[in-house]
Amino acid sequence: MSEPNHAHADHRDDFGARLGMWLFLVTEMVLFGGLFIAYSYMRSTYPADFHHAGTELNATLGVTNTLVLLTSSLTVALSIVAIQRGDRLKSMAFLSASLALGVTFLVIKATEWATKFHHGLYPNAPHLATLPHGEQVFFGLYFTMTGLHGLHVIIGLGVLSYMLVQVARGRICQDRYVQLENAGLYWHLVDVIWIFLLPLFYLAA
Amino acid sequence: MSDSILTSSEHGDGSIAHPGYGTFVKVWIALVVLTGLLVLMSHFGQSSAVWGLLLITPVKAWLVFYFFMHLKYEGPLLKVVVLVTLGTLLIFFALLFSDVAFR
Repeated sequence: MSEPNHAHADHRDDFGARLGMWLFLVTEMVLFGGLFIAYSYMRSTYPADFHHAGTELNATLGVTNTLVLLTSSLTVALSIVAIQRGDRLKSMAFLSASLALGVTFLVIKATEWATKFHHGLYPNAPHLATLPHGEQVFFGLYFTMTGLHGLHVIIGLGVLSYMLVQVARGRICQDRYVQLENAGLYWHLVDVIWIFLLPLFYLAA
Repeated sequence: MSDSILTSSEHGDGSIAHPGYGTFVKVWIALVVLTGLLVLMSHFGQSSAVWGLLLITPVKAWLVFYFFMHLKYEGPLLKVVVLVTLGTLLIFFALLFSDVAFR
């Protein structure tokens, strides 16, 4: 353990903290899992409409965003390695890189949505109502799933920013970093969800 | 396996070797290569793209869970929690499609 003068008031259970985080992540997996199941069912019901609607999406932007998010996951993992080695500045640099990449992801996503809106494709749009039923369902799922995912990215950015402050203050340090690990777990799960969203909407539709 | 049960004592004493920078960089390279493969497969028509989705995407997710999310270095409990969840989703999936298929 750390300094003995803290030890008496310092009840900690790092494994318990991670277990709690994993239990929360499991509920997130079920939340998105339900949407994945909805997608699969709707896709099997309207294969042609899904294929046609899928061609409307910009695969290059989707793949770019995948690389951005994968790299941001890497830098979060590296910031934990840095803190384990007591290298506070490096840890902060890696976290800042993750934040920058997360913002990049959102900017690309916003550009993509803006283009869709411009083409009259947004929830409840008059143009959308003229499309075949399957395409309406496709765009409904697209906006729901990428929107919910984007919300998670925004929350993740908030959490990672707080972690950056905590590392800077020395509240997260070499022998006390479970908070950072848990924030990392959340960010990685957001990454995993995008790993599934890319082929579902951009590549295999 | 025996030391994985002890991971809760990971702070401070340095008795357990943490993965270094290199491990994560290698995993990231694998993830980028697999993404490239996925994109490549999607150029060979829709059925190839679906096979890419079914085969490559789970491998990518596993890499993130196992290395980035440190499941490799956790004890059996957390692994079981994740597997039970994925198993439950798979059962929902199977039940839904067994229903849809026989309508």
